[in-house]
Amino acid sequence: MVVGAGHAGLAASRFLSDRSIDHVVLERGEVANSWRRERWDSLRLLTPNWLSSLPGHHYAGPDPDGYMTMGEVVEFIEDFAVAARAPVRTRTDVTSVRLAGDGYQVTTNQGELRCRSVVLAGGACNVATVPAFAAAVPASVAQLTPLDYRGPAQLPAGGVLVVGASATGVQLAAELQRSGRQVTLAVGEHVRLPRVYRKRDVLWWMHGSGVWDQRYDEVDDLTRARRLPSPQLAGTPERATLDLNALTAQGVELVGRWAAVRDGDALFSGGLRNVCSLADLKMRRLLATFDEWARTTGREGEAGPPEEFAPTAVPAATRLRLDLTGGEIGSIIWATGFRPEYGWLDVPVLDDKGRLRHEGGILDPPGLYALGLPLLRRRRSSFLNGIEDDARAVTDHLARWLPVR
Amino acid sequence: MTTVDNGVNVQALLDAREVLKGAPEAARFTWRASSKWAEGVRSTVTVEKFFGLGQEQSHKSESVFSADHPEVFAAPDNGITPIEFLLVGLAGCLTAGVASVAQNRGIQLRSVESTVEGNHDIRGILGADSDVRNGFNDIKVTFTIDADASKEEIEALVAQSQKRSAVYDALTNPTNVTVEVA
Repeated sequence: MVVGAGHAGLAASRFLSDRSIDHVVLERGEVANSWRRERWDSLRLLTPNWLSSLPGHHYAGPDPDGYMTMGEVVEFIEDFAVAARAPVRTRTDVTSVRLAGDGYQVTTNQGELRCRSVVLAGGACNVATVPAFAAAVPASVAQLTPLDYRGPAQLPAGGVLVVGASATGVQLAAELQRSGRQVTLAVGEHVRLPRVYRKRDVLWWMHGSGVWDQRYDEVDDLTRARRLPSPQLAGTPERATLDLNALTAQGVELVGRWAAVRDGDALFSGGLRNVCSLADLKMRRLLATFDEWARTTGREGEAGPPEEFAPTAVPAATRLRLDLTGGEIGSIIWATGFRPEYGWLDVPVLDDKGRLRHEGGILDPPGLYALGLPLLRRRRSSFLNGIEDDARAVTDHLARWLPVR
Repeated sequence: MTTVDNGVNVQALLDAREVLKGAPEAARFTWRASSKWAEGVRSTVTVEKFFGLGQEQSHKSESVFSADHPEVFAAPDNGITPIEFLLVGLAGCLTAGVASVAQNRGIQLRSVESTVEGNHDIRGILGADSDVRNGFNDIKVTFTIDADASKEEIEALVAQSQKRSAVYDALTNPTNVTVEVA
C-alpha cells in the first residue's frame, strides 16, 4: 500500500507495477493534491523542465530551460499517473497504520485494509512549523503560513514581516515587495545560490558535478543536512537570481533571525552579518567545486567564463526591535519550514523530535518504507528529479523482502 | 602529514557531543558568579562553582574579579567596568572557538589576536536621553590570524566560531533575565 498520490507515491507505484506487485495508492484528495491546493499562485518548480522527470516520463514541451507553473506540475503528475496506470483511490484519508501479524492494518475513511507493506509518500510539507512565540504576537497582526498564502491581495493593509529566507521566504518577500508593500525579512541561516552560474542553471551544475549524487550515508551531519533550508532559488522566466542582494535592491529590509516577542515588540538577532558570511562562504566553496569539476572533466566548453558574485551586503546596523502594535506591520508570513504529519502512524518509528527514523527510506519495521523526504537517499532526493532513483531503490528492497517474509 | 596541534582536545568534545545527544539532562549547565559590594561603585565578584553533567562542579581554584568604573566616571578605577567584562567574555569565547574549529579542520594556528570594541553612548545610563539605550550600540571584533590556511579558510574559521559561540549568541539574541530580592 502506498500512502499519497504525489510524485513520490506515483513513482513507487510505477516501479511496483513494473514488478507486477499488487498494490493500491491511497490519496486523501486528488492526484498531486498538495501541488494543487497547498501552494501559492505564482510558484513555479525550482527544477528546470529538462531536469523535471519522473520514471519514464519527461518534459516534452517547447521550453526545456523554463520552470513549470503549479498548474503545469499538476498536469505533468496527472499525465504520469495515467501513463503509469497507477491504481489510485482518491478521497481516501488514511487515519491509522499499525502492525498486524506479518503486515499492516490500515484504517481509512473508506474502510479497513490489510497489506504486507506500506510506502509512506505523503509529502514532506504537510504542516508549516511556526515558533512557539508566534502565540505572543498581538492579535491585530494577521499571521499566515505559506500553506495559507495564495497572493498579495489576500493580506490586510500594512507592511509584511516575512520570517525565514529559504526559497519560500525569499520568493514571498520579492512578490510582496513588488506588489507595493514594505517587506521586512527576518533572516537566519540560509543557503545562497545563483540561479545561473557561468551561463548554466545552477541545478545543471548540481546534477552534472555529482553534488546531487552525494548519498545520505556520505553526508557529514545528516540531521543537519536534512533540516537545511531550501536554497534561495526561484523558477522565473527571467532565470533571475533571488538572493538577499536582489531583495535589498528591490527595497526589502533585512533583519536578523527573529528570536522573541517581548511586550508586543519583535526582537531580532544582531547576528545577521555572520549568517550572511556563512552563506557566502558556502556558496563560493560550492561554486569552486563546480569549477573544479568542469576543469577536470573537460566540460569547460559547455559553461560560460568564470563568474564571481558580490558578498551579501548587510546594512551597518539592522533593526533589533520592531513594534508589532504600531501598525507598521499588518501581517506576518511564517516561512519557517515544514514537516510531515504522522499523527496517523501508529508504528513506533519516530525519534524524540517526531522525525521518521529511516535508512535511505527503509524503516526498521519490515515492509515499511518512506519516499519523498529531503535527502532521503541522495542530495537530489529533495528535488522532483531525485524520486526516480529513490523509488527504484526502495521498491527493489521491498521486492527482495516480500518473498522471504 | 604533520600533526596539527592547537592544544585543543577536539576528540573529547566530539565524544561529548555524541554522548550528550542522548543525555539532554547532563547537558544542562548552570554557571554562577557571586558578587559583593566593596565600596563606592566597586564590587568583588567571585567565580568558582558551577553545575553540569548532573552534579556540582568546581573550577580548580576560585577567581576573584574587581568590577569598578574609570576615573572619568568619577570613580577610583580599581577594576574594569562591568560592561568591559562582556568584551572579555566575547573575545575569550570566539578565540576558543577559532582554536577548536581550526583543530577540527586540521589547520595549524601560529597566532590568533583580536581586538574587541563596543560602542557605547553613556547618555543612556545617565538618563540624559531616553532614546539612547543603556547597552552597547554595536560591537566590532577584528581578528588577526596567522595560520597554515588560505584567507577563505580563515574567514570560515571565524564565521564558524561565531556560529557556535555562547557569548556571541548571548549578546546578539535576547535573553530572559530575572532579578529578585532574596
